[in-house]
Amino acid sequence: MLEVRDLVVRYGPVVAVDGVSLSVPKGPAGFGLVGESGSGKTTIGRAIVKLVEPESGSIELDGLDVLGARGGDLKRYRKGVQIIFQDPDSTLDPRMRVRGAITEVLRAHGAVPRAGEAARVTELLEQVGLQADHADRLPHQLSGGQRQRVSIARALAVEPELLVLDEPTSALDVTVQARVLELIARLREERSLAYLLISHNLAVVEQLCEQVAVLYLGRIVEQGAAALVLSQPAHPYSRALRAAVPELSEQLPRPATTRADPPDPASPPSGCPFHPRCPLAIDRCRQEEPQLREVAGRMAACHRAEDAVRGQSEASDQRS
Amino acid sequence: MKLEVRDLGVWFADRRVVEVDSLELDRGETLGLVGETGSGKSMTAYAIAGLAPGMGARVEGSVQLDGRELTTLSQGAWRDIRGRRIAMIFQAPISSLNPVFRTGDVFTRALQLHGASKAEARTRAAEAMRSVSLSPDLLRRYPHQLSGGQAQRIAIAQAIALRAEVLIADEPTSALDVTVQAEILEQLQKLRTEEGIATLFISHDLAVVSGLCDRVAIMRDGRIVERGPVRETLTSPQHAYTRELLAAVPRLGEAGSAHA
Repeated sequence: MLEVRDLVVRYGPVVAVDGVSLSVPKGPAGFGLVGESGSGKTTIGRAIVKLVEPESGSIELDGLDVLGARGGDLKRYRKGVQIIFQDPDSTLDPRMRVRGAITEVLRAHGAVPRAGEAARVTELLEQVGLQADHADRLPHQLSGGQRQRVSIARALAVEPELLVLDEPTSALDVTVQARVLELIARLREERSLAYLLISHNLAVVEQLCEQVAVLYLGRIVEQGAAALVLSQPAHPYSRALRAAVPELSEQLPRPATTRADPPDPASPPSGCPFHPRCPLAIDRCRQEEPQLREVAGRMAACHRAEDAVRGQSEASDQRS
Repeated sequence: MKLEVRDLGVWFADRRVVEVDSLELDRGETLGLVGETGSGKSMTAYAIAGLAPGMGARVEGSVQLDGRELTTLSQGAWRDIRGRRIAMIFQAPISSLNPVFRTGDVFTRALQLHGASKAEARTRAAEAMRSVSLSPDLLRRYPHQLSGGQAQRIAIAQAIALRAEVLIADEPTSALDVTVQAEILEQLQKLRTEEGIATLFISHDLAVVSGLCDRVAIMRDGRIVERGPVRETLTSPQHAYTRELLAAVPRLGEAGSAHA
């Protein structure tokens, strides 16, 4: 459904997204984008909803050239693809009641006749687990979780096909996060939604996505089935990321598998961008940039991915 | 060293936001203080560090360091204790450094305030930087020239250089990427084993607390609802709220998923 090809986004001297291709299938489907600060995951989401202009590459939705779309096509696209941000406060007008915030979106897209607005607002609030009387509240009279539900109701108001969820639960407490994740899972089934879930939390992505891409310095370094990539990562960066996630009932800290400080994105390293932090780096990694290729059932951009996968299975053999 | 908190109350006007009956911290021990937004965990820490009155709060009850009452200390007396005996690190490491000074200037001045000569201060600062695996060269930088992980390690290095006995760490890794978080946790662990520092570790992240802390106290609505040795408390929680918190943590490798 959504096809992103060779996307490049530049902010001044920094190439924030460097040749990313991915495709999100028709819903119900979840595609996860994971990576650390500065990996480009948020920029990809913003390029998809046309908040930033790519330098090159293409984005297509059901065959529509999104970057060249004008007039009615563009309007249909903006209706079909909605974004939800980490901080609901940045999207909700503090002086506008919930009813107004939702009605505004309905009117902008001519989604329902005026007479049907009130009923539609109630219906949307109920779909996201709120009640009809929440419509009369102001944002500050709601909790953070409730405000995020309102953002979701607003996005759903125009019946989108695709949601871009940019860290939708990162600002929420864990108990609230758990309920919002349940909501996303339920809506996806009820409404056959497809979404691109941008998150630094691997467990959240594993819960909600079939596919995942791991980003490092604007490039996809590993991509494939979420269950496989997140449980048996092949790229040394994905492995370091996976190993750094603290888990309950385990002695911390684990010995670090990588030097923590990422390189300056304005002057990325030669060859493989991960080589200065990589425990497996060899001369070839310093000179030649690895391309994505098939390794053990997923795509990975690493000259030594086979060794990484082998090392991992040996380690797990020793444990068992 | 022993830190003892008794019947601590923190009030904003007529609203009590903290009501902690007791907390104790011994040398070399790490105590996790866990809770969600508004649970009062950070305000408890600020009250212990003597920072709550400056935020407009009224503090009642007792906080004692080796038998010396802290809640009634003058600001002048606090200067002698805060930094030197009780150090604090925060969630946003860069914004807790003064942007107009080179990090080293602030660092050595703090040491001089606590009685070191200039030359001695420089040497101790450089040593402390090396002990958190940073180059002393970073002391010549301004805060905006540091990464979040570097700034947090510098904050830890200050605690080391001042030979603090108690470290109050308020969500010190919550704003950092996981690979950076892993390094900071390693530094905190080292601080405990090598320097014998006692740490009050404030966090919303049960997984981090389970790995790092000896004991844990779970806070809700200003009160401690459950406390005990970390493993026991998190593997067989007695309080319904602790169970709810644990159940809500998304875990890798057991996707109770939408697409199962």
